[in-house]
Amino acid sequence: MKLFTYSKAGATAESAIQEKAQKSGAFYIAGGTNLIDLMKDDVVVPDHLVDITAVNCAQIEKLAGGGVKIGALMSNSDLANDTYIRTHYPVLSRALLSGASAQLRNMATVGGNLMQRTRCSYFYDVAGDCNKRKPGSGCPAIEGYNRMHSILGASGKCITAHPSDMCVALAALDATVHLAGPGGARKVKLVDFHKLPGNTPEVETVLEPHELIVAVELPAPVTAYGKNWCYLKVRDRASYAFALVSAAACLEIEGGKIKSARLALGGVAPKPWRAADAEKLMLGKAADEKTFKAVADAVMKPAKGYEHNKFKIELGKRTIVRALKVAAAANQKEV
Amino acid sequence: MNHSISLTVNGARRDFVLDDPRVTLLDLLRERLHLTGTKKGCDRGQCGACTILVDGKRINSCLALAISHDGADILTIEGVARGDQLHPVQAAFIAHDGFQCGFCTPGQIMSAIGMMQEAQAGNDPERIRECMSGNLCRCGAYPGIVEAIKSVAGV
Repeated sequence: MKLFTYSKAGATAESAIQEKAQKSGAFYIAGGTNLIDLMKDDVVVPDHLVDITAVNCAQIEKLAGGGVKIGALMSNSDLANDTYIRTHYPVLSRALLSGASAQLRNMATVGGNLMQRTRCSYFYDVAGDCNKRKPGSGCPAIEGYNRMHSILGASGKCITAHPSDMCVALAALDATVHLAGPGGARKVKLVDFHKLPGNTPEVETVLEPHELIVAVELPAPVTAYGKNWCYLKVRDRASYAFALVSAAACLEIEGGKIKSARLALGGVAPKPWRAADAEKLMLGKAADEKTFKAVADAVMKPAKGYEHNKFKIELGKRTIVRALKVAAAANQKEV
Repeated sequence: MNHSISLTVNGARRDFVLDDPRVTLLDLLRERLHLTGTKKGCDRGQCGACTILVDGKRINSCLALAISHDGADILTIEGVARGDQLHPVQAAFIAHDGFQCGFCTPGQIMSAIGMMQEAQAGNDPERIRECMSGNLCRCGAYPGIVEAIKSVAGV
């Protein structure tokens, strides 16, 4: 790890932003579970760390109308185990608990989860090329070992997959990210927060310089999504592994017909993949396998597999169908 | 630039001057306090051998910068027994053959103690396996580990 300097910001987001803006090559650090790991391998080499753990945004706040504002410094485990979240947004709770390990969830924050970097092994290998780490150097994953990589939304410059489970649920739940920056505060929809790689895979989010994530807001819960939901994560081992494919599904069913639906995928794209068009296909249809198979086909129609991850296209379809079936049957086990 | 921090480690207050901000809690415990029960396995947050409790919660000490934990209350494997009387989880690991080589054991035990405080698993073996998945055992002593935890969890 390269040497860096360190300072701790005070209780306000403004103090952190000011501190970071004054230092060159500075990064924010909170839980550190991803950043310290990357620093140990010299993948990310900060000159300075601004510790934001004293910034006052670790609480969850209920909003008028039933929504919630989740402080960016809240730990993944505190959020997953929050009674209101477990009751009204169970798909988020389950997504969180299916990610990482208990130790990591105790350290990792909500804001940090949004900011986590890809686990692509070529990104981590500083001896080799990577367009994300060293723009213009090339993407060895395209012709290399790409089993964990994207089948949707990738580009000729980068085919990495986004590793988060939490963000998949947040995408399905229409979350909004609250940002504070030198130019003031603003809000961005979670589905617009992460960027597809295109020609600039090194640009991963819409964050402006020194901007800080201060909260994630969820709109008022849809009652049916507290019952008809599923987070299904398919991976190489039963626990503590990144998703090959994951799906967050929520359904609102009235008289056997689907009144509203949410579907988002993980493990298949460089960002949390909300399948908004496919959701519309379900409206007014019967909540049955035929409908769900049509949805799966629609989601995977633009999919492009590479040598080692072609299987994800069929696996993705089956994951979607099963997640929707579990949601329709209100069959998800208790978190 | 030097940074001063103080920690409570196994009940005793300790003051440190850090001349390097890169020091992790794991390295501080092992190199400065010579508390070598906490193990350095992968040093990347993947194996759980370095698990300790910070303010009552289990974490991977290899990924925690000491400098950002000023004021923290730390419990390591050295602090769980009372004199010669083992912690019930320690005794259960012996009674149920919860280890072979022993390298992952301090992390397993600290993780199990943290898990029991979280009260998420009870003594359901499937839940114990899920809640302990952040601790790897290359000897494969998992059946004994689960039995040991089951015997003391929910009692």
